Amino acid sequence: MITLQDLRKVYATRSGEVVALDGISLEIPQGQIHGIVGQSGAGKSTLIRCLTALERPTTGSVVVDGAEVSVLSETQLRRARRRIGMVFQHVNLFEARTAAANIAYPLAVAGVPRAERATRVAELLDLVGLGGRGDAYPAQLSGGQKQRVGIARALATEPAVLLCDEPTSALDSATTRQILRLIRDVRDRLGITVVIITHETSVVREVCDAATLLADGRIVESGPLADVVTRPGSKLSQALVPVPDVGVADQRTLVQVSAGGAQAQIAHALYAIATEPDAHVVAGAIETLGGVRVGRWHLDVPDGDRAAVLGRLRAAGLAVEEDVA
Amino acid sequence: MSWWDELLANPAITEKLPEATLETLGMVVFSSFWTALVGLPLGLVLHATGKGGTRPVPVLYAVLSAVVNVGRAIPFIILIILLIPVTRAVVGTPLGWQAAVLPLAVGAVPFYARLVETSAREVAPGKIEAALMVGASRLRMTGGVIVREALPSLIAGFTVTMIALVGYSAMAGAVGGGGLGFLAITYGYQRFDVAVMFAAVIVILAIVFLIQFLGDRAARLVDHR
Ligand SMILES: Nc1ncnc2c1ncn2[C@@H]1O[C@H](COP(=O)(O)OP(=O)(O)OP(=O)(O)O)[C@@H](O)[C@H]1O
Ligand SMILES: [Mg+2]
Repeated sequence: MITLQDLRKVYATRSGEVVALDGISLEIPQGQIHGIVGQSGAGKSTLIRCLTALERPTTGSVVVDGAEVSVLSETQLRRARRRIGMVFQHVNLFEARTAAANIAYPLAVAGVPRAERATRVAELLDLVGLGGRGDAYPAQLSGGQKQRVGIARALATEPAVLLCDEPTSALDSATTRQILRLIRDVRDRLGITVVIITHETSVVREVCDAATLLADGRIVESGPLADVVTRPGSKLSQALVPVPDVGVADQRTLVQVSAGGAQAQIAHALYAIATEPDAHVVAGAIETLGGVRVGRWHLDVPDGDRAAVLGRLRAAGLAVEEDVA
Repeated sequence: MSWWDELLANPAITEKLPEATLETLGMVVFSSFWTALVGLPLGLVLHATGKGGTRPVPVLYAVLSAVVNVGRAIPFIILIILLIPVTRAVVGTPLGWQAAVLPLAVGAVPFYARLVETSAREVAPGKIEAALMVGASRLRMTGGVIVREALPSLIAGFTVTMIALVGYSAMAGAVGGGGLGFLAITYGYQRFDVAVMFAAVIVILAIVFLIQFLGDRAARLVDHR
């Protein structure tokens, strides 16, 4: 549904060139909810702006819904954009229009007759759980309700792709969960492909099927969550299932043990670390991600016993990393 | 005779004042109509072609911007005189309130265009992007989003412009003949009939207050923030 090939974006600034995206190749299949995470300045917004052609790539190709967006003419682009819905962090509703009129705007632009628009707007309001609030102006709605209107507006022209740039960063955690559930619900019902940019790994944990970690304009790691979380040494998995930081005394090492898969594998890992005579478990986390159970523990091991402990854990089939402190 | 009867016995007030009031209203209404008609698009073009606009054209922006600045820098009284040949060519005569409409509009257009540019700039870029993202053309987005979102501020700016035009109209009328300014000067200054001057000033005040009141009302009516 979305294919990026060797995408580069270089900004010319007064102080020289800024490479915002440096050779991004990525494939997002239809119906997937794909999270893009990375630190501030990693290039997440630039990536999504290239998908919408609000920004032209310096080199490389961007194919969305079968169309190479980077070469479209102005008119073709306007048409192509109707197949792409966009949800913004600051919602960007038109404040001079009611919720219903906001949702109707893309339909009017697309030339949908007025009578048809009204029915469609009512359906969309129901879809996002705001039936009956169509006459409210944005100023009369809460942050969560505004984002629901934003999502309805993005879905109005029945796009094939929904792009969300930090859709929940301005919302509290309960509202965030509701909005994410709505996005998942919309995907399940409409089969739409969703890209969510976020700096909150909790968003990825909650709603994404796959994720990509960006740093300095490059892909560090990418893949379906179920694969990523069981990958030994995975940076993305570390970010998604963080273990609380604990210090370690002199002459001792912190060792990280990970396990993922079915419940039995977690149980097996728990048994192995619990019966390990020369190490203490000092921190750990267990999560369910993409339908897969993932566990990660930090063990405090005396330097003298290190080789023996590592040997036993590896023999038990666990992924082990040394010196993680 | 009370002061009131005295006023009513003064033909300059009973006959000339209503006529002059209509002339002033005529100057203000027609010149502000032309100001809106030219100033609004000009301001929107300034916004679109400027830095950070939806279609930056630095050269065009620089030229328009310079023209607007020159237009605003020329003192109005000099502008009237400079425009006499143009007024004569367009209106047929440089005299009368009808002739004053042209220099008034020419003076107010750059003023209002700048206010429009500033108002347009206050529309969040995200809203503009949201409109472009659903496939709206720039023209459609400008009308449906920039103008519509900025409407309260555009109306407030237009109110300020109209009030400035009331002041300018007194000057234009004094030069070309007509309106309350002309009346106040001919009677108050040249014939020492202070009552007429005061009456003219009071009517001008009333017009200004009315414009401000209606402008505030209209701006509030379209403001949903
Ligand atoms: N218009 C621009 N001109 C110059 N440099 C830019 C521009 N837009 C982005 N950049 C640079 O590109 C890099 C990536 O920016 P981008 O906005 O994509 O980051 P981000 O991952 O979205 O960060 P955040 O989480 O803070 O939003 C940064 O170094 C930024 O300074
Ligand atoms: Mg960003």
